[in-house]
Amino acid sequence: MLADFAKGMLITFRHIFKPRVTVEYPEVKRPQSPIFRGRHILQRYENGLERCVGCALCAAACPPEAIYLEARENDPAAPVSAGERYSEVYQIHLLRCIWCGFCEEACPEDAIVMGPEFELANYSRRAFVLNKNDMLDTADKGFGTPPDLIVNFPL
Amino acid sequence: MKLIDWLLSDPTLVYLTIPLVKVAIIFVVLVGSVPVLVLFERKLIGFIQQRPGPNRVGPWGILQTLVDGIKLLLKEDFIPPGAVKPIFILAPLLALVPAMLSVTIIPWGPPIQVTIDGIAHTISLGLADGISVGILFYFAATSIGVYGIVLAGWSSNNKYSLLGGIRSTAQLISYELALSLGLVGVLLLVGSFEINALVDSQAGGFWNWNVVKQPMGFLMFLVAGFGETNRLPFDLPEGESELGAGFHTEYSSMRFAMFFMAEYMNIFTFSAVISTLFLGGFHGPIDPALLGIEVNQWIAAAFGVFWLGGKIIALFFLFVWIRATFPRLRYDQMMNLSWKVFFPLGVVNIMLTAGIVAFAPDQPAVQTGALFVAGIAQIVGLDAIANAAKRRALGHVS
Repeated sequence: MLADFAKGMLITFRHIFKPRVTVEYPEVKRPQSPIFRGRHILQRYENGLERCVGCALCAAACPPEAIYLEARENDPAAPVSAGERYSEVYQIHLLRCIWCGFCEEACPEDAIVMGPEFELANYSRRAFVLNKNDMLDTADKGFGTPPDLIVNFPL
Repeated sequence: MKLIDWLLSDPTLVYLTIPLVKVAIIFVVLVGSVPVLVLFERKLIGFIQQRPGPNRVGPWGILQTLVDGIKLLLKEDFIPPGAVKPIFILAPLLALVPAMLSVTIIPWGPPIQVTIDGIAHTISLGLADGISVGILFYFAATSIGVYGIVLAGWSSNNKYSLLGGIRSTAQLISYELALSLGLVGVLLLVGSFEINALVDSQAGGFWNWNVVKQPMGFLMFLVAGFGETNRLPFDLPEGESELGAGFHTEYSSMRFAMFFMAEYMNIFTFSAVISTLFLGGFHGPIDPALLGIEVNQWIAAAFGVFWLGGKIIALFFLFVWIRATFPRLRYDQMMNLSWKVFFPLGVVNIMLTAGIVAFAPDQPAVQTGALFVAGIAQIVGLDAIANAAKRRALGHVS
């Protein structure tokens, strides 16, 4: 019995000299998976047009109903998106979002994707309701050019 | 400086000054040791669990406990509506003050002779190390500390706190028994309660330490000390997994900090007491006089503080190491250990020690050898009984 105690204590003693496994977080960040589901990003095409065409399929797919959007017709002279319509208001309530990624799957235009950002702490609850400008990406992240049908859709 | 000049100006005032300075030093060392011990524990536990431990506040996290202390001071001091207010307020003091009192009996080195204004003073490096009740004072003070815990548990108006308090009374009564039985062997050998006599009997070298003459007594005293200081694996009054935080669940702010300080002071004092009783106190492993080295009284005093401090740190390391290794005992297991294992073994140890002292009163070498063999035999016997019990317990399962 005393030998058992000694054995146990020897194990813990040896652990003192083993390397630390802690990741010192703010300085060191662990590598992310390529399919990590972080904060949402609204993508654009290379020519600057938004991919979102305001179809609201993401809002329909969202289980906690965290997405709210209002669609408008595009002005043919100065289009915002590459489609017939665009989303004028696009809000995601991050405190309701459950990070399931259904919006990403539902989107026919690959407009909404879940990015790598995960450091979302803030001081007010209001700040967790993201508007379009908070999520819009400046450059396309490599989903290719839009099909001709979308770009040259007869209005 | 003016104050010190005035205190040294009158020969009679010197008699007041010396204890006052000693009180100040011991108080500062004791209170100052708490943050250091807490940090040491958190770092070591971290290392054992392959974590870095606190390392954010200051280099290597050395300011962590200081910041925690400030946080506790600034927090709301909440008293639950159903609490018995006077007792709720008194309880942390009842835990803290005895913890501070009991350290006063520890001598930190051989006495120093000084002459002030032509009057020779013998300054002992301890506050109350000369009192005739000696070691009994430690038991008395720690027993009062139980009132702090049980009254805290009762006055909180919380059933978990009450359970923690009740557990602590039963536990401390049981373990004080083991503690005393472990001590009796030493008292039989030395024939005195006085701390200075206990320390002087161990002078010369490590072969004179009581741990050699009383291995079983040392083991019992050590294990009972874990119960006495409410440390893992005997921290049932706290029992986080079943009682929230046990007796101090309802305490916050500075009152919680007082319990916290009391716990670490108790560990500090217990380490000092077991060093003094069994590990030679302030004596080093080998007396410099045996090596033919003459040391003056100041160096001897410095070495006394060094050796006792080193022993306290080593024992605190053991406390943390055991906390990191063993799980908390179940309540009935803990009671069984005290009443069914330590109580009979303590009686056997006392009888063996008394027999050896009676049959070889004037042969120290024979006495030491016989006591060592008897002690080791007891530990081997305990091990054999424990192994048999373990086999029996496992046999029922498989």
